[in-house]
Parts: sequence; structure tokens; C-alpha cells
Amino acid sequence: MSEYAVSMEHITKTFPGVKALDDVQLHLRTGEVMALLGENGAGKSTLMKILSGVYTRDSGEVEIFGHKVEGDLNTRQAQDLGVAIIHQELNMCQHLTVANNMFLGRELIKGGRLDTAEMNRQAREELAKLGITDLDPDTIVGDLPVGRQQMVEIAKALLVNAKVLVMDEPSSALSNAEIEEMFRIVKELRSQGCAIVYISHRLQELHHIVDSVTIMRDGQYITEGKFEDFTMDEIIANMVGREITNQFPRDTVPRGKKVLEVKNLCAGRAVKNVSFEAYEGEVLGFSGLVGAGRTETMRAIFGADPKDSGEILLDGKALKINSPADAIRQGIVLAPEDRKKDGLCTKLSIRDNIALPNLDLICNQIGTVNRSKENDMIEKGKSSLTIKMANADVEAGSLSGGNQQKVVVAKWLARNSRVVIFDEPTRGIDVAAKVEIYQIINQLKKDGIVVIIVSSEMPEVMGISDRILVMCNGRITGEVDPRGTTEQEIMTYATQFGSNEY
Amino acid sequence: MNKKIKISQSAASVITAFVGVAVLMIVFSIMNPNFIKGDSLMALLRSIVPFLLVGIGQAYVCITGNIDLSIGSVLGMSAMISATMMCKGFSPVVAVIVTFVCCMAVGLLNGILVGKFKLPPFIGTLGTMTIARGIAQLANNNYNTDNIGSEGAAQMFKDVLYYGKTLGIFNGVWIALIVWFIFFYILTYTRSGRHIYAIGSNVDAARLSGVDVFMATTKAYMVSAFCAFLTGLITMAQSGMGSMDAGMSYEMYAVAAAVIGGVSTLGGSGLLVGVIAGAAVWAILQSGLTFAHVPVAYRNIVIGVIVVICVLFDVIRRNGKHPLKSDKDNKAEAKKENAAG
Repeated sequence: MSEYAVSMEHITKTFPGVKALDDVQLHLRTGEVMALLGENGAGKSTLMKILSGVYTRDSGEVEIFGHKVEGDLNTRQAQDLGVAIIHQELNMCQHLTVANNMFLGRELIKGGRLDTAEMNRQAREELAKLGITDLDPDTIVGDLPVGRQQMVEIAKALLVNAKVLVMDEPSSALSNAEIEEMFRIVKELRSQGCAIVYISHRLQELHHIVDSVTIMRDGQYITEGKFEDFTMDEIIANMVGREITNQFPRDTVPRGKKVLEVKNLCAGRAVKNVSFEAYEGEVLGFSGLVGAGRTETMRAIFGADPKDSGEILLDGKALKINSPADAIRQGIVLAPEDRKKDGLCTKLSIRDNIALPNLDLICNQIGTVNRSKENDMIEKGKSSLTIKMANADVEAGSLSGGNQQKVVVAKWLARNSRVVIFDEPTRGIDVAAKVEIYQIINQLKKDGIVVIIVSSEMPEVMGISDRILVMCNGRITGEVDPRGTTEQEIMTYATQFGSNEY
Repeated sequence: MNKKIKISQSAASVITAFVGVAVLMIVFSIMNPNFIKGDSLMALLRSIVPFLLVGIGQAYVCITGNIDLSIGSVLGMSAMISATMMCKGFSPVVAVIVTFVCCMAVGLLNGILVGKFKLPPFIGTLGTMTIARGIAQLANNNYNTDNIGSEGAAQMFKDVLYYGKTLGIFNGVWIALIVWFIFFYILTYTRSGRHIYAIGSNVDAARLSGVDVFMATTKAYMVSAFCAFLTGLITMAQSGMGSMDAGMSYEMYAVAAAVIGGVSTLGGSGLLVGVIAGAAVWAILQSGLTFAHVPVAYRNIVIGVIVVICVLFDVIRRNGKHPLKSDKDNKAEAKKENAAG
């Protein structure tokens, strides 16, 4: 019998084009809460998905409670071995009751009928073990606050005798009181001998519950150890510690007049009172962790999502923006984050995609598209970004990721916009294509256009921006000059969840 | 560079549909040579008209990624309202204008329900389908109308829309061709057409590109309602009266004409030229099977099977899976594609 509840050695996982995990290890003891730490894209989720059987590993050994897993592990086997994941987005049937959810897929049957009374009894018992006695198993899950739903999810996992619990960002949607209750339950589980993997970006809250840490970066294992052996600075340094190479051709242009001003913008839960200014001749970077509210801020400015309050001023004039069409007409454009979902009509041709937002420029009064003006526009886009294509009439979806991204960018170059926002402009594309997009950004900057770039890649945002705003939890928490800052400093701002929180 | 001429999937579907038309024509004329004799050929051509018109409407809606089940009922409304008014002594012009307004109102309602309030199009238009059928029944107090007569304006109405010929071809065919051309032009060469394709291909991307999704959706439903309106008038002209059952099942015929012609029910692709072939296949099957004395029930089964197969192939193609290859092959192929991307 091994001393570990879970031991993973030499785990490697490759997705087409990316090595997501490279020789990673993880050791989890029974009765221990381990923090699994790393930046966005470090491979934490991938590793946990391998442990729970969602992904299959390419190579490496997995041992769960001394049971060596031979071959592929599927979700059912993982469950039988006692592994359960509490996902960031809760997987609950919102319209069913607490007991229904806990027994989903293995309902108790008596005499051919559902044995509701027994299921309710067992559900209540399981909740009581977590110290929750004031929750009626007959309550509809959708009526519960998020924190309570999470408790139900944990109870559901324990019902199938989960011994290894993976909690992926469990605190991100909870209020302070709920977080406190969750910590209490995590400690309770630990004392009952469960092993817990705790994934969180809120480094400040770790000391309440965590016994050990494992740190990953760029798909690789970096270090592990007892939590008290690390200082917070060491943890951050291990998470980000990489050299910044000069693959970013930044041109410096004297900063001009103020163009865009956003005042007290609020939109939903994700954008809280955001104010900033952007100037001619500068690239304004937005940094922060996933879920910090950067994308939501941009979408609210662009009119893609509704705003609750706040003002947007362009050249000192307040704008009314209720839809992307309004924003585009007034000179603000956005190249969105997820090109497959938001950026491209993949079934349509490259031509149609590039022309789509610019049809007002190439149509006559009755709305007929002027073919020669359209061709000029396509040619312009094609030459400023070397889009590799047989001709402009092939389906946009048939292009490689890098070329698709160039089409998304090219869409917005045909207009004389005042503000161009790029949300994750280089995600999942190769280095050569990246550099081309950086050059376009530089060119726009030289032309006096305000460029805003949202990027989760720290080296990118530091390399290309002239000024960086850091967001955390829907707020702007810091402003830094990329020439005189470190990743550590940005990371500190990016994890500043507020003084009243953990 | 790859010199091979690559045709798009849409174009391939259209060609397939026209090949289907040719094959059916050959088969039926071998079975019964009278099938392509002058008069019956002319009649066949005219019988394509209603399917083509409703097919155009449904194609517009399908390309936006929605569906319009109210087409048949709007057609019935059109026939009943226009016939009732003409029987009551209104001039055909007034009757047609009132009918037009009523039918377009249904199209607008569909657009509002689906485009603005985001009702699932299947359910939303199922509702308006029932409402419109109710209005059709209400028009003449739950009775079919009398004959609109064969004098003066009424006869002219019937001739212009159905019985008359211009240059040796029935007027209905000319009307259908003109309507087809106008909507073909709009869909292919104008901004509105681009928007219709764009929201069908990726509604989020279209919106973020400044497309007014509500407007584009509504336009498509209005086109559909207009086509149903026109088909209703032609049907009424043919029978000379308003029948409460006019247009029954036409929503299905419209889907058939569109999907056989290569329009994707999932939205974003399809060419209006294909609808001509789709409508022709349906019309030829109808009259061909009649010529061959096949009972109506079998005709329904045949057309149903064809529609299901067309949609099935479209869905499979969209999911990027080859229907006749194993799952493993498909996965490997998808992997290759991803790697390239």
C-alpha cells in the first residue's frame, strides 16, 4: 500500500498542436488539502481531467489508493475508485430537487416506483455529515444560493463514497459567508480522511485550509512541498517565473490626446465600477486572471452585453451604445476572444466575413453590394495581413487557426475606427502569425488609433502594451508601466480580491 | 497550387438536385411517354409554381437558421381573405391589398417572436400557424367561399394569376420566375442577403459585426409570408374560390423544396437556384406518381423519406462525420484537421 491517496507520475498529454502536460507529477496524501497552483493555461485543469477520466493520458502512471490504473481510465472507473470533481460551473439540474440531484442516474427503486422517501432520508443523512441540517432535500436546487448548491454537489460526491475530491475554483462565485462555510466543510472532510485537491487563484485564502502545494507552469511540474515552507512571494515566483524574450516588436510613439474615456462602468456581476482612459498613440493592455472581468468590460463598452450604468466618452463626447452596431458606427470595434464562437461565420467565405461589418461602406442606396469596391477591400485586408488562401471565396472555417484570426482582424481594418479592441488576439496561433498581428497593432498605433488589448499571456501583454491596467474580480486593481514592472507585480494586483476577503 | 476546380458544398447540393430532376424526368417519361407531351409538360411546369414560391420563403427562413411552420396557414389565410372579399363585391385590387397586409402581419409577428423574444422558431411558428389557420376559417364564418365568378375583374384575376398564358407559358410560371429572380438578387447581391446568411452561420459573430439580428430575422419571415401570400392568391385563382383547407401541409412542401434543393436547415448555407430543382423534384414526383397510378399515401411516404434523407445528410455533413465511415476514422480525420488549424 502506497502512502499516497493519489500518485501521478510522468503524465504527458498532447492536444493537436500543443503539449498540454509534459512529464507532470502529483502526490496527494489522505487527510490532506493540497493547493494546485499555476497561471491560466498551466495545465491544472487538464491534469485533473485526466485524474477523473475525462481525458486519457498519452503516457505516465496513475495510482489511486494503491490501485495501479492500467490503460485508459474512464469517468466511471475514476468514480468507482473514489475520485470526484466539483466543477467551477456547477453541474446541477436546476429544476430538480436536492435529493433528485444527489441520486441522479442511480435513483432508488422500490416496487418499480421511485423510493422518494428513502432518497430524501439518505440525502438528509449525507448533508448532516457535512454539518448541514437546515436544508430540506425536497428543495428545488435552482432556488438555492450558489454556495448551497455547491454543498449539495459535495454531498452528492460523498454519496458515492468519494475519497478524493477535486475542487476547481470553488470560491470564485461565493460570498464571504459562504466561503467560510465551505472552508468548514473542507476541514470536516479532511478530518474524515478525504484527500482534497484545491484549485484557486485566490492565493490569500489558501492559508486557511491548505496543507501542501503543487505548482505548475506551462504544462510542466515545477515544485511541491508543505505549504508553510513557502512564502507567498516564492509561490508567485514559481507560478510565473519565466524569462521574457524580446519577440515583441514594440514601436514607441509619442502619446497623443485622450480619445476614449470610460467612467464608472458597471455590467452584471463581472464589471464593477470600471473607469479608465485611453490615448492616441498608445496600446493599452488589460491583464488579469481568467474571470477577472476584462472580456466582460470590453463587451459592455462595445454594446455586446448590456450595461447597468456608466459613461463612455469618445473625443470628449458621450456615446449612446446599445448594440455592437451602435459602437461600430461611432468608431469603436472589437475583435472578440473566441473566434469560432464570436468572431467568424465559419460556413461563409473569407470575402463575406471580411465584408460583413463593412457592408455600409460598399453598398449603394438600395443595398446592392458593389463587387469592385468589395474586391478592393478584400485585397487590402489580404495584403496588410498575409492571409494564406487559395481565393477569397473559400470557407473561412477551412483556414488554419492563425489565418482565421487574421480574417477576424482584417474585418476591422477596412473601417476608419477610433478605437480597436483586441480580446486575446493571439490565442492558439503560431509565433509567426502572432508577430504579424503585433505588427498590425503597431501600425494602428502609429496611425493614431487607440488600441486596447486584453491578453492572458503575461509576456504578450507586457511586450506589446505601453500601459497596463490589471483587473481582478471585476475591478481595476492596478496600473503599471510594462517597461518598469515584473510579472510578480502584475500577479499581485491580479490576485487582489479586496481587503475584506480572504 | 491545387489546380483542381473545387466547388462548394452548396453548389454540389444544387447540382445533385438538378441531376435528380433529370433522372426523375427520364424515368417517368419511359414509364409513360405522355408525361412529356406538350400539354402535360406545360401543366407540370405550372404545378411547380406553388412549391417554388413557398420553397423560396422557407429557404430564406432556413438560411437564417430558423423554420417557418406558418407558411401553409398563411397561404390559407390569403386564399380565404381574398376570396371572401371578392365574393362580397370588393374589387380584386382592394382584396389583394387587405390580404397582403394581413399576411405580412403574420410574418412580422413571426419575426418579433423569434427575432426579438427568442422563442424557439419551431414552437413560435407552430403557434402562429394555428392562429393563421383560425383566421382563415374565420374569414367566411367557417365556410368555404362561393365562387368568385367569371366576369370582368374576377375572371381577369384568375387569368392573370393562373389560367392565362404569356408567350405560350402560363402566367403563374412567369410570376414565379420574376419573384424568384427578385429574391435571388436580394439574397445574393445585397446587404440584407448577406445579413441573412451571416445570422444563420453564426448569430453571435454576426451581432458582434454590427448585424441587427432582429431585423434580418424579421426580413426572412416577411419574405416567407409574402411568398405564402402570393401562393394563396394563385391557389385561389386556380379554384376560383376560397377553401379553408387551402395550403394544408404546405409548410412541409416548402421544407421539402428547400432541403432537396440543398438549403441547410441548420442555417448559413443554401442557394436559391437549388430551390427550383427542389420544387421541381417534388412536383415531378407528385404528377409522375399520379401518372403511374400510385396511391396518395405512398406519395406521402416517398416524399417524407426523401426529406429525411436530405436533412440527415446535411446534419451529418455539418458535424464533420462521414456517414459511411467508422467512428475511429472520423476521429482521426477530425484530429488531422485540428492539427492543421
